[in-house]
Order: sequence, then structure tokens, then C-alpha cells
Amino acid sequence: MTVIAVVLVFGFFTYNAQVNMESRGIDFGYGFLSQESSFDVQFSLIEYDGSHSYFRAYLVGLLNTILVSVIGIILATILGVIVGIARLSPNYLINKFAAFYVEFFRNIPLLLQIFFWYFAALRALPLPQDADAMFGIAFLTIKGLYVPAFIWQNFNIFFYSILAAIIAIIVIRIQAKKLQETQGKQTPVLLISIGLILILPLLSFLIGGVRLSFEVPVLKQLATTSFIYEGGVSLPPELIALALSLSLYTATFIAECVRAGIQGVGKGQKEAAASIGLTPNQVLKLVVMPQALRIIIPPTTNQYLNLTKNSSLAAAIAYPDLVLVFAGTALMQTGKAIEIVSITMFTYLSLSISISLLMNWYNKKIAITEK
Amino acid sequence: MSKINFLKPDKSNLYTFLYLGSFLFFISILDVLLNSFFSLNITGFLPSFLSFLLPLILGFVGLYFIRIELSGIKQLDLLNKNINTNNFNAILSLLIIFIILKSIPPILSWFFIDASFAGNSKDVCTGSGACWTYIKVWMRRFMYGMYPNGEQWRINLSFIALALLGSVGYFATDKFKKYLTLYYVVIYPFIAFLFIFFFISGGPVFFDFSYGIIAAILSIIIGFFIPSKFKFYYFLIVPLGLYILLKYFIFYEELIELGKLDGLNWVETGAWGGLSLTFIISFFCLIFCFPIGMAFALGRRSGFPLVRYISIGFIEFWRGVPLITVLFMSAVMFPMFLPADFFIDKLVRCIIAISLFEAAYVAEVIRGGLQALPRGQYEAAKSLGMGYWRMHIFVILPQALKLVIPGIANTFLALVKDTPLIFVVGLLEIVGMLNLAKTNPEWLGFAMEGYVFAAIIFWIICYAMSKYSYNLEEKYKTDR
Repeated sequence: MTVIAVVLVFGFFTYNAQVNMESRGIDFGYGFLSQESSFDVQFSLIEYDGSHSYFRAYLVGLLNTILVSVIGIILATILGVIVGIARLSPNYLINKFAAFYVEFFRNIPLLLQIFFWYFAALRALPLPQDADAMFGIAFLTIKGLYVPAFIWQNFNIFFYSILAAIIAIIVIRIQAKKLQETQGKQTPVLLISIGLILILPLLSFLIGGVRLSFEVPVLKQLATTSFIYEGGVSLPPELIALALSLSLYTATFIAECVRAGIQGVGKGQKEAAASIGLTPNQVLKLVVMPQALRIIIPPTTNQYLNLTKNSSLAAAIAYPDLVLVFAGTALMQTGKAIEIVSITMFTYLSLSISISLLMNWYNKKIAITEK
Repeated sequence: MSKINFLKPDKSNLYTFLYLGSFLFFISILDVLLNSFFSLNITGFLPSFLSFLLPLILGFVGLYFIRIELSGIKQLDLLNKNINTNNFNAILSLLIIFIILKSIPPILSWFFIDASFAGNSKDVCTGSGACWTYIKVWMRRFMYGMYPNGEQWRINLSFIALALLGSVGYFATDKFKKYLTLYYVVIYPFIAFLFIFFFISGGPVFFDFSYGIIAAILSIIIGFFIPSKFKFYYFLIVPLGLYILLKYFIFYEELIELGKLDGLNWVETGAWGGLSLTFIISFFCLIFCFPIGMAFALGRRSGFPLVRYISIGFIEFWRGVPLITVLFMSAVMFPMFLPADFFIDKLVRCIIAISLFEAAYVAEVIRGGLQALPRGQYEAAKSLGMGYWRMHIFVILPQALKLVIPGIANTFLALVKDTPLIFVVGLLEIVGMLNLAKTNPEWLGFAMEGYVFAAIIFWIICYAMSKYSYNLEEKYKTDR
């Protein structure tokens, strides 16, 4: 019965879709992806203009979505962990301040926050010609944030040196752990790691011929009243508003996850750790955090997924993300509603699934290994 | 009096340290206070860098001096315990106090002192503060959208009536308590729909569905008197027969023309908007997404593989895509899948899309509750001879739902906060109306006031909802 019902419903929809598309003169197919797109995107990580294909436009949108999600996730995690720990502070003022932050930002719709930052707060920034330099190199203006660009010579050597340092650190950590488990000796892993990650790249500057110079943005006059910064890297205000509001909003949820996780570790664990003579820092690092992480990670993964999905609100302030570029402009131009909406949804589905797979793997790694 | 060591405050010189420390602390607070409220800089003679940091240094030293454990003075111990446990905490506390002191005057002056309330035009907004006149002038638009001014009493009347009908549960006597669930799940939404359809939209009394509704009600009433042996055949044939009878023989077209209510003009859904639209959408989505979610939660734990896989597919699909693309789908893709002459209103499509989307989240929350129940509950119910539905309705779901009240409340909060997204399909609730008002050439430059206003409204709604869910949680908490 159920099978028949499902098949009937799908058959009905497909039939209607065919009739409708025939009557409107649209044919079904993904061939349009290789056609010339002939529209421009304001901000893209890869080279793009109107002569590129629709598929390239799709990539631009996807990369922009990933960029804002990654920035948002990093900022939200940092802020969320700090606020979550602050909510457990014995200090009354810090505690209440963190609680106020959480209650305030959590109960206001994200879209409203994005609008607020973009249309109200960032519009109060100075014009390019009036902007004061931050630290003498970066400029925060109404047209975006301008930061110096790095210009590398022999960048690959520098990159390899960092890679080598990371590999060396991993090897040393494994060795140190083995040493501690077999002989009970402790090695100052943190000091060695910091030393390695500083010294190896430094060596690459001294010996490897790596040179680094900065290209500081310079004010340039286009017309009598129109100014622009040239050189350096410019981050559009849409990106700043979006990343800011996404991280401020999601951080409240992450803070609650962190708080619940730390509170979920039994009081006995802390007292037992303290009674065998661990310092408060050691208690936090060696006893509380490893157990709390197990509680924190699954809901935090959900929040990361939510942030990625919420980044689609970018369409509301014209940040060229996947929804705006592909499901907006490209859809308007080609009229291929079914194909484009299905590709967009499929992309988000696979993004969500890949993040959740990654976090599941990490979760499994730190889960209790029963011996 | 023993020797005083200023690096190590101790109890023997308690009062020396106490007076000195409190004095320094007081001075530092006073400095910031004067600076922020009266813009006086009493340390202006110092270099600017030192003058900026001085309150922090003074306050820190002061707090250091009064940090004496077990002093025996109740207030002092309380203060030390709460804001002054160590150096790091003392600095953080001072910073927070300073930030609060510094931010009060600008906020106050923006909100009240320099703000303009009077008047009806932009000209009165000359001060540096907020222009609440803007909100006052646009209030009707923010509340009712493009709904005609003269007809807005219909929205007010409907909302008041629905609020009164919704509060019936508080006054119900024990005799009627058992019907409350039925009332809230079936009858109340139906009444709400009728109110929205007849009053807010001003629809004709007889529309296509009304035959179906009348036929269904009639056949259910008659169904009580039919022996259970024939019930299956009865419900297979009679409703359809009644429908045809009603449509073609009793209430035919000419009669419908007579039955139209005079005086209520049709207001198309495109004109609805503002906060009232937020309420309408949230209300119906809340009502629809709950049973759908419950069905899929049960389906995900069903024994039939097909039902289970369909449920899993449904839930994971909706949870994996952003709401904005779902609304896109409902706007541009969904009409392609329907017959060309079959038209569903924009608002209805929106409500269906949001309900399905949130239903997936509700389903996962309820599944958590179902999984948390010990297996003994299922087995006990089965051993009493209960069937699947009986077991779930009387044993499993009441317990599971009790467990997941916080999760469901969170989902409902997310739903309310997601309603502004309907701007994608061109419906403008309060945030959308704000963006529209912001671009009005006569009222440029008041974006901030609008957003603050909407933020306050949403904050109040969401905070009230979350507090209410805490109450519910406490009320239904049972020891297990």
C-alpha cells in the first residue's frame, strides 16, 4: 500500500513537471552549467568574470559560503568557549555578564542581527578618505576592511618548513606519550612544539631565501569625492557583517554546550583529582576537559552545521554566497528552477554530511575506549 | 598594632587595609563615573596614557588590599568571594564595572534623553539621539503590513478572540480537563483557521473546501450511529456522496452568491505583513509541525523497514538543507510540480514549507525522548495487552514528551526566529517591513531605530517563551 502511494505521488509530480516545462518551453538538463554565465560577482576567491561558465559561478558561490562558514566557526568557537567558561566563573560579575550576553543574542533572530550590523552598525564607519589607520597598516571603512597583503618569495620553502615542523611535533608527541606510558617520564612537549614551530620557519628565512614583504593599502582618488584603497586585501562589509553576526549568534549556543559539558563532569571527578595532588590547571586539563569534550562535541557539531546552513542568509545582504550567486542570479538568467534548486540543496546536504562525518570521526576518537 | 607589610595584606591590620583599599577602589570608581557621566577628567594633569590607566591601577591595588580571607566582616567576605577571588578576577571585575559605567550614559542619552518622541514628521528628529517618531509614524505598517488602515480592527478582533479562546485551559474545571487535549489539537486550530480565513482574509462564506468540511462534520456525526461492523464502508462512501450532494444539489452557485457576507473586503495575503503576520505564521507552523514531527519520530522507530527509511530520508533531508533554500523551493520549484491550473497561495506554501522543515527537527527531539525511555515501559505496556497505538498514546508519548519539553521549546523558538526569512518569497513581516521603511526617501537614515525596535519585540517574545518552557518543565517534572 505505502509503496503504491509513494509511487503514485511521485508519478503525479513528475507528470505535472513535464507538462509544465513543456508548456513553458524549458527543457530539463544540466548542460547549462558549461555555458557562458555573463554576469559578474563582486567578491570571489578565484578568478571570475562574466565570460566564465555557470559551473565556475557555482564554484565561486560555494567557496564564498565555505569561507564565511570557516571564519564564523573559528570565531564562534573561540567566543563560545570563553563565554561558556565565564558562565561557570565564581566571579558574580563575569558570570552575569556572560549570562546577559547569551540571553541577549540568543533571543534575537539572526536575520535581524545581520541587518543590524550591515545596515546600521557598519554604515556608521568612516568613508575611505576619513578612515584612521589601525596600527598604521589596516583601514576599516564603510567600503570594507583593508589589510596589507603578504608578498612572498620562495613561499613553497616556507610552507614546507611549517609542514615539517608540524610533522615533527606529531612524531614527538607520539614518542612522548609512549615514553610516559612505558617509563613514566614526562617530556616538556609544549615547549618543544612551540620551539619547533618558531625555529623551523625562522630558519627558512635565514637559509632558505624566503622573503616576506607587505603591500599596504594606499588611498587613491578616483574622482573629486570618490576615494578607494588600492593594494592589499580588501574584505567587503557584507563578509564582515555576516561573519560577525553568525559568530556572535552561534557563540551563544556553543557557550551553552560548553557550560553543560563542564557541568556534566561529576563533582567527584574534580575532587578525586584534587585529592591526588593535581593543581587546578592540571585538573582542568587532564581530568575535566577530556570528559567534558565528550559531552560538548555532539551538540557543538550541530551548531557548526547550523552556522553553515545559516550562512545562506547572506542572500539578504547581497554577500555573493551559493544561494545568491547560483539560486539567485543564475536561476533568474536560465530559468532552470528544478536543476538549480536541486543542485543547491544537494550541495548543502553534502556540506552538512561531510561536517557531521568529520565531527563523528573526531568524536569517536575521543570517546571512552573501554579496555 | 603589628608591622604593616603592604605586599601581604593580613588580618592583623584589617582596618588599615580595609580603609586604604576601599578608599582607592572608591576613587577609581569615582574617576570613571565622573568621566562618563559629566565628562570631567580629574586626572587630566597626568599624561594621557597614565590618566587612562589610572583608575584600573588604583582599583586593582585597592582590591588587592581588601582581599583578606576570613576577615569576619560579612559584607567584605561576600564581596571577596564574589568578585575578588584572585588578581585575574579582580582585573576582570574592574573592567566589567568600568565598561558598564562607561556605556550607561551614551545608551541612556540615545534611548531617552536626546531622543525625540513628539511630532509626526522627520523635522522633529534633530537631536543626536534616537528618532522614535519614526517608529510612531510607521507603527501601523510594522504591526499590520500593507493591510488597509480601515480594516485593521479585523486583525485586532481576531487576535483578541483567539487569545481568549486560547486561555480557556486556565479556567476549565476538572470535568472538562480531559477534553482539553482534543480542544487544543483539533478544535482550536480549526477555529483559528476560520477566524483567519473569514475575518483577516475576508473570504467568501462558501469556498471549495467548505463543502468538504461540512460533509466531513456531518458524516462524523452520523457515523456515531452506524454499527461498527459497517463503519469502514460507511466512511469510504458517505463523505464523498455528501460532498457531491452538497456541491451540486443543495448549495449550488446561486445560493453561494447570496450567502456572501457583506462588508468584509477581501484582503489578499500579499498585503498582510508586520508583526501580525509573524504571529499568524508562527501559530500555524507550531500547530502543524508538532503532529508531523511526532509521526516521523514514530516512523523512524517503526518496525517496517520502508516506513523507517522514508522517515529517515525525510528527517535527514530537511535537516541538511537551509530554510532559505526550502523557501526558494516552495517559491520557484514547487509550482512546477503541480497542475497548471492548481494554485496554492504564497502564504500557505510558506506555512507548509516551514512546518515540514521544523517538523524534522521536532522529530529528532521527540526521538531523543522515545529513546530515553527504559525498555521496561514498552514491555510493561505490551504485557498489559496494549496494541501499538494504545501503548504509544497512553504510556510512551506522555512520558517521552515530558522529557523533551526543553528541546521542543528550543525548536519552537527557532521557528519564531526563522519567520523573518519569508522575505525570500516576498512576504514582509516585521523585519521585512523595516527594510521597506528604511528605503523610503522621506525617512532615510533611521535604520538603527527600526532594528532596535524589532530586536526588543523579538527579544520579549522569545524570552517569554523560554521562561514559559522552564515553567512547564518544572510543572511536569516527575521523579522517576
